[in-house]
Formats: sequence, C-alpha cells, structure tokens
Amino acid sequence: MLLFANRNTKEVLRDPINLFFGLGFPLVLLVLLSIINTAIPPEANNPMFEIENLAPGLSMFGSAFMALFTGMLLAKDRTSSFLARLFTSPMTALDFLLGYTLPMLIMAIIQGAITLLASCVVGLPLSINIIPAIFMTAVVSLFFIGFGLLAGSLMSDGAVGGICGALLTNVAGWLSGIFIPIDLIGGLFKKIAHLLPFYHGVEAIRNVLFGNYSEITLHVMIVLGYAVVIFVFAIIAFRSKASGDTV
Amino acid sequence: MSAITTSQLTKIYNHVPAVDNLDLTVEHGELFALLGVNGAGKTTTIKMLSCLTKPTSGDAVVLGNSIVSASHAVKEITNISPQETAVAANLSVSENLMLIAGIYGQDKRTAKKSTHEMVRKFSLDHELNKKAKHLSGGMQRRLSIAMALISSPLILFLDEPTLGLDVLARRELWKSIRELKGNVTIILTTHYMDEVEALADRVGIMGNGRLKATGTVAEILKLKGTNRLEDAFITLSGGVL
Repeated sequence: MLLFANRNTKEVLRDPINLFFGLGFPLVLLVLLSIINTAIPPEANNPMFEIENLAPGLSMFGSAFMALFTGMLLAKDRTSSFLARLFTSPMTALDFLLGYTLPMLIMAIIQGAITLLASCVVGLPLSINIIPAIFMTAVVSLFFIGFGLLAGSLMSDGAVGGICGALLTNVAGWLSGIFIPIDLIGGLFKKIAHLLPFYHGVEAIRNVLFGNYSEITLHVMIVLGYAVVIFVFAIIAFRSKASGDTV
Repeated sequence: MSAITTSQLTKIYNHVPAVDNLDLTVEHGELFALLGVNGAGKTTTIKMLSCLTKPTSGDAVVLGNSIVSASHAVKEITNISPQETAVAANLSVSENLMLIAGIYGQDKRTAKKSTHEMVRKFSLDHELNKKAKHLSGGMQRRLSIAMALISSPLILFLDEPTLGLDVLARRELWKSIRELKGNVTIILTTHYMDEVEALADRVGIMGNGRLKATGTVAEILKLKGTNRLEDAFITLSGGVL
C-alpha cells in the first residue's frame, strides 16, 4: 500500500500543472484578494476579504483541487490499463483505497500549511491554532478526495478535468462564502450553501483557527457526513470496475 | 496436475457469450497460444484466468487454485502483460520495475536485484532513468513484459505482446519469450500466424467464444488438410479461403 501511495505521490508531483493548481493558485488568490481588500474603503464595512475570513476560505478552496488530482490519476490509470495490471496483482481493495487517498491527504496538509502560513505574512495572527487548522483542512479534503475517486472510477480523464477541475472548484468557491457573502445574500442561496459541505468546511477551519472549538461540531459532522457518503459511492464504483467487466 | 484447467468457463456480456463453455488444458512450462479474430474471446479468457474479471459460470484451476474461490492465491503466482501497454507514465523504467516487484512481495534488496536482472534481460540499460512515457512503443512494450516477469510468475499471460511493433522489435521480443519457455507456463494471445508458428508449443483456435480446435501446429494443419496455418485458421473461424 505504501509503495502504491508513493507511486501516486510521484505521479502527481511530477506534473507541474498540478503543483501550480495545488499550491500556487491558492497563494495567487490570497495575494490578489488581499490587494482587493486593501482597496476596499473602511466605510464600506465589508469584512469579506479580510484575512481572518480569507485564510480559512482559501485553505478549503485549495483542498478542492484534491478532487482533480485524485480523479485525473485514477481515470488515467483506469483508461491506460495500468489499473488492470494492478487488479491482477495481490493488492487488496484497502491497498487501492489508501494508496490513492493517503498521498492526497498529505498534499492537503501541505497545501493547508502553505496557505495558512502565507496568510500570516499578510496579516493573519500566528498562533498555535494554525496546526489543528491545517489538520482540519485535511479532514475537509476527505470529501474532495472521495469525489475524485468517484469521478475517476466512472469518467475519462477529460471529463474528470471538467467536472472536478472546473465545476466542483467553482461550486465550492461560490457556495462556501469565500467570494460571495452568503449571509448577506440570504434566501434560497443561503439555504443551498448551508446544505452543502463547502460552507461548513470553511466554518470548521475558521473556528479551529480562532480557537472556537465549541462551534465546530455541527460543521465537522456535516463535512464528514458528506465525506462518508461520497466514499461509500466511490468504493462501490471502484469495486464494480475492479471486479467487473471493463476497467 | 496440469498448470491450467478450465471447466465450462463462460463469460456473458449483455446476454451475449464472449466465452462459451470453454474447456482447455495447459501443461506446465508450455507456451499455449490462443488464436482468434477480434471478438473471438481471447482477451476475455485471459481476463478470467488472471482474475481480472469473474466468470459468469464455470471455473478454472490455476496450479491448484480456483479462479472463483481462491483468486488471491492465483494472483500471487501469475502475472500479465496486458494488450495495452500498462506502465506508470511518470515513473522511470527502474521505478516501474521496483514498484511491481514490491507489490508482489519482494523486499527492497531483492527488488533491486530483480530490477537489474530484468533491465539486462530486456536491454533496458540505457533507459533506466527515463520516464516510461518518453520511451518508444517497442521499449514500453518491453518494459511492460519485464514488469510481468519481475515477480517470477509461475504462469504468465501475454495479451497480444507484439501488437503494433516493427519487425525488429517483434523478433527481439520473440527471442525473450522463447528463453522463458520451459520455466514459465505462458498463455499468449495473438493475431499473428508467424508468431504462433515461431513460439507456440500448442495452439487453441477460438471463434465466437468457443474453442474450435487445439493441438500443436502440425496437428491442426493435419486436421484441416493444409500446410498453411492461416488457411486452417480461416477454415476453423468460418471464413472464406
């Protein structure tokens, strides 16, 4: 399992585009939105792009790319017959599951750490809570990893790119409160955002970051609930491909 | 005990039998070639025997292990070079080989030794640190077969191993496959008559999921009263001479 996880890590890291989207893009957004924030006059009273709100949002947003990495890798393995080769080996279902999941979890931790530490450079107070916040980012990333596993089991790498790269990241961004003030808009938009895991992922990271541990329970439960469900579907899809008629 | 014995092995896709009550036997150390047109059932047979897909009915015993009830045991002693070259694109030649060796239970030291052995055997020395995606088609195919052999399988499945290769690459691969005969039981699927004549100890001709004939090349020629394997094959496949 560790050998396979190691291979998957290399496959992802040796693609420079992955490195940019995984690590660079959230930092680019951090800088741009921080600049925008400095241009917002104080009279506007708009805290949306203040670093205390931006940092957890971008940490969650960065973890959304784990869906793309996982999905693309699995889809390429499946369509190139490399996965067929591995299915005829003594590897178990758990080896496959952890082999795809573990490297992405580690990348989510690294990405979260880079984003949050870079946020300290632009004004986020440095505190010990950054460490649990980084791990909360990894917890939030579980949903995206599961989504990537599901997408990669069912779709071609081109389709995964569209669904996970374009659609999911946009939905995660717009419905999490990073780019749009959900509470301000209210109504149906707010209801939908509160039903989905993205908003709760940001809130979980934010509350941990500021030491409000009593506030995280509902948010973590929703995020983990979605992660469990998506992983169940992903495992069913993966196993059907593994034991089924085509790979 | 034969190396492989199938018993009414059947695979049905959407009510159509891709493999239809297949009964065949492969002896230890022999190279058994499965010949057939597209859709004859060759690859599906390989997929079932290598436990990539479960049979709809029937069974096969691979060195004493059922593919239905003991697939894990079958996987430990077999390996496959799939029809499509199946390598990890962003890993180097040596990393690909080390990966497969490790997956099949070799420790790091043994895996390194096996890797060097395979690299020498398949003349991959100059490509050791090259990423697999940068190799030529022939080299990728050699790497794929090396990855199938590095685990020292008792049974090796080669699914159209020379498909798409130029004549020089084909001949080199034939040489490597010939060297395995006697030590490893090999099931090879192919479209190429010359490949069957060059390599096979025995041949099975498949059509519409069924085994139309088995035997040595000479036996099949005698059966059909011809001295050309292609003619015998066409006749058995229901084609027109």
